[in-house]
Amino acid sequence: MEKSQEKKILGMNQHDFSLFMKRYGIVFVMIGMFVILSVSSTKFLKMNNILNVLSTVALNGILAMGMVFVITAGGIDLSIGSLLALASTTIGIVLQATGNIPLSCIVAVAVCTFFGLLNGLLVAKFNMFPFVVTLASQLVIRGLGYVISGGYSFALANPKFSQIGLGKLFGVIPYPILILLGIAVISYLLLHWTKFGRYIYAVGGNINAATASGVNVFWTRVGSFVISGLFAGVAGIIMTARINAAQPNIGIGYETDAIAACVIGGTSFAGGISTIPGTMVGIIIIGLIYNGMNLIGISSYWQTISKGLLIIGAVMLDSFINKKR
Amino acid sequence: MNEQENFQQDPQEYILECRGVSKFFGGTHALEDVDFHVNKGQVHALVGENGAGKSTLMKIIIGLYKQDKGEVFFEGKPYTVNGPAEAIKAGISMIHQELNPEPYLSVAESIFLKREDTIGKSFLLNKKETNRKAAELLKQFNFDIDPKVLMEELTLAQSQMIEIIKAVSCNARLVIMDEPTSSLDSEETDRLFRTIRNLKEHGVTIIYISHRMEEIFEICDSYSVFRDGHFVGTGKVSEVTTNKLISMMVGRKFDNIFPKEEVEIGDVAFRVEGLSGKGFQDISFEVRHGEILGLSGLVGSGRSETMRAIFGMDPLTNGKIYLDEKEISIKNPREAISKGIAMINEDRKNYGLCLFRSLRENISLPNLESRQPGLLIDQTREKKECLDASTKLRVKTASIEADAFSLSGGNQQKIVLSKWIMAEPRVLIMDEPTRGIDVGAKAEIHALMCKFASEGMAIILVSSELPEVMGMSDRILIYHEGKLNGEVSRKEILDGTANQETILAKEFGGK
Ligand SMILES: Nc1ncnc2c1ncn2[C@@H]1O[C@H](COP(=O)(O)OP(=O)(O)OP(=O)(O)O)[C@@H](O)[C@H]1O
Ligand SMILES: [Mg+2]
Repeated sequence: MEKSQEKKILGMNQHDFSLFMKRYGIVFVMIGMFVILSVSSTKFLKMNNILNVLSTVALNGILAMGMVFVITAGGIDLSIGSLLALASTTIGIVLQATGNIPLSCIVAVAVCTFFGLLNGLLVAKFNMFPFVVTLASQLVIRGLGYVISGGYSFALANPKFSQIGLGKLFGVIPYPILILLGIAVISYLLLHWTKFGRYIYAVGGNINAATASGVNVFWTRVGSFVISGLFAGVAGIIMTARINAAQPNIGIGYETDAIAACVIGGTSFAGGISTIPGTMVGIIIIGLIYNGMNLIGISSYWQTISKGLLIIGAVMLDSFINKKR
Repeated sequence: MNEQENFQQDPQEYILECRGVSKFFGGTHALEDVDFHVNKGQVHALVGENGAGKSTLMKIIIGLYKQDKGEVFFEGKPYTVNGPAEAIKAGISMIHQELNPEPYLSVAESIFLKREDTIGKSFLLNKKETNRKAAELLKQFNFDIDPKVLMEELTLAQSQMIEIIKAVSCNARLVIMDEPTSSLDSEETDRLFRTIRNLKEHGVTIIYISHRMEEIFEICDSYSVFRDGHFVGTGKVSEVTTNKLISMMVGRKFDNIFPKEEVEIGDVAFRVEGLSGKGFQDISFEVRHGEILGLSGLVGSGRSETMRAIFGMDPLTNGKIYLDEKEISIKNPREAISKGIAMINEDRKNYGLCLFRSLRENISLPNLESRQPGLLIDQTREKKECLDASTKLRVKTASIEADAFSLSGGNQQKIVLSKWIMAEPRVLIMDEPTRGIDVGAKAEIHALMCKFASEGMAIILVSSELPEVMGMSDRILIYHEGKLNGEVSRKEILDGTANQETILAKEFGGK
């Protein structure tokens, strides 16, 4: 079997090469950005800056980890931005009333998980489009945040609580980074090593085949939204702690960054295709865009534009590599 | 390639010629240095085992894939196209093995997709004209269906017919048919054959791919055989025998297509009483441990519908189901599986596989609950079990981690079989289990069915291929328009009191 006449790229034939690029192409993009940034800015490689990148990334990262479950199962969750605000106001109220930090965190996460459950039930039970369901529930959730806070932001003035967002382990590693890592590990195990993860892939990949194979499609879909809600609650705690205030108007547009991280990380909008490591890379790339442009001194307006372009680029790359499908 | 037996003919008469065509997908060579030619005006059979490269070559011809090496000539001229639309313009249309219906298009829209009628020269669609033309075509094919019906409402066989009509109505000079009959019953197959003969009279050339040997001998003039991506030989159908053809395909001697073993038949394992639902009424039957019960009938006679309802995929309006003489209720496939009932769905693409997941994930999907009790999946065990199941059926693939999508049609079907064989059910419903599977593998699957039966499994076999049902079943129930219309036993078939004609007569409603 001689195949010397094939076109070869980097010692691989075309098919293997495109498989390789599909799997690891985005890693090269990340490394490339890393190299460019370290060359073009002396500040970039400073420990301080790296930690800074990681902790800004933490919030979006946790949200993206939830989002990847939903998209892989064939859905989308637009309500996470509003959930951040609801978590924030909930914490504010509970903390003011009781002064109990763990309790306020638990209540906030519980409330967000509940709304995730609600999203999931609406989608799975009535077979409604996830886009529409969460587009609507997002309004309800944000409205609720305003209602329970009376529309006001209020400072928490609780230095202990703010440590969750600003504190550091051994004075070096910010807690949000550790929380992100914890959530990433849990997500990795859930999606790649449990039956539930398999069912998520099956439901997103082919819902009919999943049903015919005995997968509990209903609870799998609901489960994906519950996870998204739960992680949004956790992210809400960090965000509230960082600004040390309860605000009903925070989190607007955060779903875009989470979706972007998933897509850049190779998650297919058609469902059924994604990886947690890929999503992690997507998260870091977005962090690098923000940080890099800050360092180089590009305005946030342009940052938004380049993020949009990058998403389009990622989707284009994906469909280009998968053209044969 | 010493077996090459070229029968010489005037190259002037070749309508299609491939010279030295090769195609690689990563490490797998789907085609290697293939020379292939078809004479004008003939029906040319293309045969070979699953994964031999038949579909790949055809996809190269219509421009879905690009060959890595080699040239194609059409009507004597070098020919390259960039996709099916261009191929149709050049005069070649194709019926695909894997159907790809657009669920929300109407039948008429689907037939005329990409060549719609417009009002005058505008971009506005002339729906009336499209519907009229579609209705005319459907009438020509004696196919009784409203052109305004949506594709998603059609059964697999009906979509297949639409696909055939679509390809034939393009006025192509070469029509490629990749396993067009794999989901058709005998009546529809006859209808297709009439169409083929008609096309031939009009000078159209046809490449006909099928694993059903009878069909090759009935309709084809010449043949070419592929094995493992290589061209093995070509000749006239009138000068070859089934056995010769098969041994060319598999590269070894081969006999006995339905090796039915007689096994001891035990107690009643599964019984239904008065089942009714959409498409079937008042169905009662029983299957015993060790028994293979065949269900025969025309497509749309309610066999698959009954099976789907039993398996919990569609609602039952009436009736009772007993497992080992205990009444059970099945609300969804999950309950059925947990009770030891498995079903191989006829529609592998929609109900069988997640095409973009690995073979391993596909095979283990229905077996996770029973085989993976832990919190985390034991991937070593999973891998081993899936590999066992897929090697048992000799799935041709580079690795068990490959996407199901990358397999040939027949090998995809083997994956569907693997996943349910691994489930080791007590009652196994097989709806068209050997759809698109080559003769060799078919024999192995039949042998496997006999082995399962001897271990006490109760098997219900639904198949549109009469020889298969007759060869494998201990008893055959015949469906006619949603009701049971008679029963034939193995004894009657063996002693000749029942044969293909008597069964067909019952399928058409006779006594
Ligand atoms: N897109 C693809 N990616 C990777 N491998 C592929 C792809 N398409 C086909 N192959 C491989 O090429 C080989 C030939 O496949 P092909 O579909 O042509 O077989 P076939 O003769 O049509 O078989 P069948 O009778 O089962 O339909 C197989 O081994 C298959 O796994
Ligand atoms: Mg094929």
